[in-house]
Amino acid sequence: MPIVMDAERVGRTLMRIAHEIVERTRAFDELALVGVRARGVPIARRLAQNIASIAGHEIPTGALDITLYRDDLMRQPVGPQPVVRKTEIPFSIDDRRILLVDDVLYTGRTVRAALDALIDFGRPRSIQLVVLVDRGHRELPIKADYVGKNLPTSPRQSVQVRLAEVDGRDEVSIEEEVAV
Amino acid sequence: MTAEALPVAGTRSLRGRHLLGIQGLTQEEILLILDTADAMKEIASRPIKKVPTLRGRTVVNLFFEPSTRTRTSFEVAEKRLSADTLSIATAVSSVVKGETLVDTVLNLEAMSPDIIVMRHSSSGAAHLVARIGRSHVVNAGDGLHEHPTQALLDAFTIREHKGTIAGLKVAIVGDLFHSRVFRSNAILLDTLGAEVHVCAPATLLPPAIGRFGVRATTRIEEAVDGADVVMMLRIQQERMHGHFFPNTREYFEEFGLTPERAKLAKADAIIMHPGPMNRGVEIASEVADGPYSVILEQVANGVAVRMAVLYLLAGGGEEQAA
Repeated sequence: MPIVMDAERVGRTLMRIAHEIVERTRAFDELALVGVRARGVPIARRLAQNIASIAGHEIPTGALDITLYRDDLMRQPVGPQPVVRKTEIPFSIDDRRILLVDDVLYTGRTVRAALDALIDFGRPRSIQLVVLVDRGHRELPIKADYVGKNLPTSPRQSVQVRLAEVDGRDEVSIEEEVAV
Repeated sequence: MTAEALPVAGTRSLRGRHLLGIQGLTQEEILLILDTADAMKEIASRPIKKVPTLRGRTVVNLFFEPSTRTRTSFEVAEKRLSADTLSIATAVSSVVKGETLVDTVLNLEAMSPDIIVMRHSSSGAAHLVARIGRSHVVNAGDGLHEHPTQALLDAFTIREHKGTIAGLKVAIVGDLFHSRVFRSNAILLDTLGAEVHVCAPATLLPPAIGRFGVRATTRIEEAVDGADVVMMLRIQQERMHGHFFPNTREYFEEFGLTPERAKLAKADAIIMHPGPMNRGVEIASEVADGPYSVILEQVANGVAVRMAVLYLLAGGGEEQAA
């Protein structure tokens, strides 16, 4: 189980992304971060802290659960269901520039579901995608605007992102021999 | 358990294909439904109150008894999940031509619905439909037996206000004998660790009341005293074919929840009623419309709880990273 990013690397990467966001942002009052549950949420919160420390602007942050928008949910007649968690976006997304944040970009289906979910909340001026890891193997035409690390993988591998807020430690690892 | 505390990549599920009653549900299954409803409730506050979860699924609402609140609540829940819905009231169905329940259900099953939500005046009717059909069945009230989604929405409302159900004193007062709401609530509240006190005229106490794990009394003051939750039940005059009490005025004097009696409960107690209410019979209007009443919240929560039940019964598929 090779560790491809340790805690220090994760921290530095998130600070670099925050700098990139600050460089490309002119109107901070239009910006908002929305993390995709589960691990996109702590990443979004850390990015908000980093942006505040760099530019001195507090960026509103929300949490998006996409379970009810997944296109694979009803493909099996019976079976365990993904746990539905709360979506918490305590601000209007109308006319905002939304940074959608997730841990891993893989097939693109989670992002598609997140876009559907987000648009049900209003009409943002734009949506950009931020991911900690892009592992490739896209099945939909989706590309991230901010990428922490491009990580070429095989479909038989699994990329595990662990974050202190959820898992007690920060690291990104690759696990082998995943059934596909 | 808060949403944040849920297992991140985990899946929790109901064991059965149907929701026929609270009887048989584990504490974990009940909490799964309540936690899922907690997430579903937020959808009602969105500009677009709809998610695509049950797109392409067909839900038949088969109501053999009059119902406004429950039927509408299920319909709203189904539409919010994007299901295709069909509501059949027996007054305009082939039942009036003499068709049996089994034949009605078999004909509906031939049209391949995914879920049948059913209310019937006979206890066990939902169980029968679950045995003969392929669809998931949700019991929306069967005779004097169970009304599981009402009990779940009551528990959801109590948990929202009190944070927990374990250890609370819950007083249930009214026509217990004819009440499926009481039966489902007694089982659920006992499963989640509440202390349930019930009160009714002796003629409206079900036989062997003790098997529900409740403490029974015929003095409302005793039941309500120090209660965290006071749940009033409707006098079901349409089911009464005998003389259970002299008249409604006398019933109100002996068993009605007046403002004075409501004060016997804890200062932060909540007042509940599954509706429809008989004002001035089981509950005074001042109490029903008072600051501690959560009766309309129960109605709002009913939609979220029914969305959760439909999602958990009809959903499928393992969680995968994407």
